[in-house]
Amino acid sequence: MKTVLIVDDSSSMRVLVAHTLKEAGFSVVEGQDGKDGLDKLSGGPVDLIITDLNMPVMDGLELIRRVRQLPKHKFTPILMLTTESQAHKKAEGKTAGATGWIVKPFNPPQMLQVIAKVLP
Amino acid sequence: MKPVTTMDLDISKFRGAFFEEAEEHLATMETTLVELSVRPDDAEQLARIFRAAHSLKGAGGTFGFTDIARLTHGLEEMLDELREGRMQLTPALTDLLLRCADMLRLLLAAAMEDTAAPPYDHLIAEIAAARVVPGAEASAEIAAAPAPAADQPEDATAIDAGWAAPDLPAPPSNHREVQVTFVPEADSLGHGMDPLLLLRDLSEIGEIVENRADLSRLPPLAELDPELCHTGWTLRLRTERSVDEVRDVFAFVEDSSRLEIGEVPATAEVAPAASPAPAPIVSIIPAPITTPVVVEAAYPAPQVTEAKPAADGEARSLAASSPAMLVKNTDAARAQAAKTSTLRVATDKIDRLVDLVGEVIIAYAMVAQALGDPSTSGVERLREAMATMDRNTRELQERVMSVRMVPVGTVFSRFPRLVHDLAVTLGKKISLELVGEDIELDKGMVEQLADPITHLVRNAVDHGIEMPADRIAAGKSETGIIRLAALHTGGSVVIEVSDDGRGLQTSRIRAKAVANGLMRDDDSMSEEEMHQLIFLPGFSTASSVTNVSGRGVGMDVVKRNVETMNGTVAVASRVGAGTAMRIRLPLTMAVMDGLALRVGAQLFLLPLIVIRESFRPKAAQVKTILGRGEVVLVRDQSIPLVRLHDVFGIEDAERDPAHALVCIVDTGSARVALMVDEPLGQSQVVVKSLENNYRKIDGIMGATIMGDGKVALILDATAISRQAARAAGLTREARHGTDACAA
Repeated sequence: MKTVLIVDDSSSMRVLVAHTLKEAGFSVVEGQDGKDGLDKLSGGPVDLIITDLNMPVMDGLELIRRVRQLPKHKFTPILMLTTESQAHKKAEGKTAGATGWIVKPFNPPQMLQVIAKVLP
Repeated sequence: MKPVTTMDLDISKFRGAFFEEAEEHLATMETTLVELSVRPDDAEQLARIFRAAHSLKGAGGTFGFTDIARLTHGLEEMLDELREGRMQLTPALTDLLLRCADMLRLLLAAAMEDTAAPPYDHLIAEIAAARVVPGAEASAEIAAAPAPAADQPEDATAIDAGWAAPDLPAPPSNHREVQVTFVPEADSLGHGMDPLLLLRDLSEIGEIVENRADLSRLPPLAELDPELCHTGWTLRLRTERSVDEVRDVFAFVEDSSRLEIGEVPATAEVAPAASPAPAPIVSIIPAPITTPVVVEAAYPAPQVTEAKPAADGEARSLAASSPAMLVKNTDAARAQAAKTSTLRVATDKIDRLVDLVGEVIIAYAMVAQALGDPSTSGVERLREAMATMDRNTRELQERVMSVRMVPVGTVFSRFPRLVHDLAVTLGKKISLELVGEDIELDKGMVEQLADPITHLVRNAVDHGIEMPADRIAAGKSETGIIRLAALHTGGSVVIEVSDDGRGLQTSRIRAKAVANGLMRDDDSMSEEEMHQLIFLPGFSTASSVTNVSGRGVGMDVVKRNVETMNGTVAVASRVGAGTAMRIRLPLTMAVMDGLALRVGAQLFLLPLIVIRESFRPKAAQVKTILGRGEVVLVRDQSIPLVRLHDVFGIEDAERDPAHALVCIVDTGSARVALMVDEPLGQSQVVVKSLENNYRKIDGIMGATIMGDGKVALILDATAISRQAARAAGLTREARHGTDACAA
């Protein structure tokens, strides 16, 4: 079973995403901000990271940068989960090391579709 | 894969979580706005309020609340400009933002009850007008419908390029051949992108009739860095999809690779590979790969949000826009979803509980095993096992209780806005200080506390803090301070609302009490005793009724509310220096620390929170005073003696106080000495309602089962002191500050 780390300061989004992923057969780990997400990475194997960008304590871009510095997660797909559809946010995220993005609002099938694009 | 309707229903199931979170975001927005009105360029606060709007927009849209998403979108844009320093926060802007927050609350309520949204277009227009960026108005309007628009993929403004084109059934058309040249940047693997997945995706939307790998950049094996991508591909795809849909497959890598996509004219031959001829060419046809996530190609993308203008007053929601849901999700179910109280618990709390349950099960196994061993060592092991079990059970109890604990800050957060608004209405200058927002209390109590605290805060604003001119005349700072604090004291939590205002006016309380016949004009009463009078029903000294603190129905209600939570209220006040109202509460209502007592053969439990001291009185300490009954003299104070055996009609009890024990009990407004036979020790008990299981008995707040299986009745000290006071007559109660009329 593949494990997805979902990092978002919005608990309702976490609940929704986590539920959708569990229904689709993933195991889910949650983080409530970048720092928490980073801590959770050390807890066990993670195959995909989905992160919000705008978060307190540590934002998503910083999280992505730090994750990419971990040898273990150099190739782990990271999807940015964000309402910010502006091109510059995506470019920044890509530069930081994100694999792709999911634009809020989204519905569960759409999210799974994007995940399918980056998970073998 | 589950049918799409199931997925939609899942969203509706989590609406409760959204509503709860939305309330928090709104509270954050209000609190922060009020703070920002004092320090308009506090970057951290600006970031905070932006984040709140941002989260509300994202979640609102995702959960299908178009109106909330639409209004927060405008807000977010404006807050972004504030955050970036392109706009300044003026009082007018603060007011606009607060009105937006109010509107969001209404929209939220409408969403919860599934009723028509109130019109809010005027706010969007105001936001647009307030923004300085040229063209801001237009962008606010365009972006007003942040719909995923998955049902209209050709709409380039609405669909984000990052989206995989939903695998809609393509309109019947001829197959076309598309040629794709794709050369990823060498370091693209480090971004988690696997080119093989892209080829797989292509193979899912059509048939790859030819695929040439360009290996010209492949270094010799000795120099090969496996973390870099050295390969490029040129392939021909037979597909029904448009070129743009094919391009969407590469949405994530478009910027970091060379990508050429073009339709091959039906008759034309395949163009030669982009690589020069000498390069080795390998043909790869990726086989379809099965993944755990299979996205069915025939998914009709559900319409989550509606892009219609909002002013037509129709109820719009996820349910309304999705016929499939309308069938399954009844009104009743929706109402249920909105009303079910949810509790958010940190994951580590739950994890620890799971661990503990595991330990309890192990301890249980140890007990079972030791029981089968009749030897001495078996008994020893049984004892050990029981000790482990005891420790784990106790911890389990504590942890389960802690699950119900939430920070009082969830209630506190509404007050900055309230105080700000009231102060503006009354023309006063007030600064509100919040202390101890992290202190946790039982969720049920936190909710019940909202009304009493609101009342105390309103009183402090209305009656406590003076007008600026009066304050200056009194030698105080122009701005009054109201402090709302939560603190731990022993096993209880104290919530204190204090102000540095004028203090309780004892002369007016006296006049009012005389007018109401609560005391005689010539009665002497200490300042402290007089302060207690404000807790009597209908007692108000406000000379005029204001719409701020109302008509004097109040302090008695506050007191009663707090007492239903087994808490107490006390007041301390000095004329000219201010007033402090102190609510003392047990940490939780479900578990209580109490002193077990015996009266005759009957067991009682007295909440520890109300006990001041216990002792055996000397015969000389107990006196009967004419018209007041029995009292116990304690350090020059006479405290009414209540014989519990009389109150509950217990016949085999000790009748001589000098051979019994008295517990001095302080309910916050009165002191009584409860006479019991003997104390049995302190214990923590689970409170069971007597009303639910039997019927209400005056003087008893509940029952519990003690460790030895006996039932103990839990004494309601407040009710008992009230009874005692009632028995002694009204005038006297006023004098001694016991609350006679409440009931």
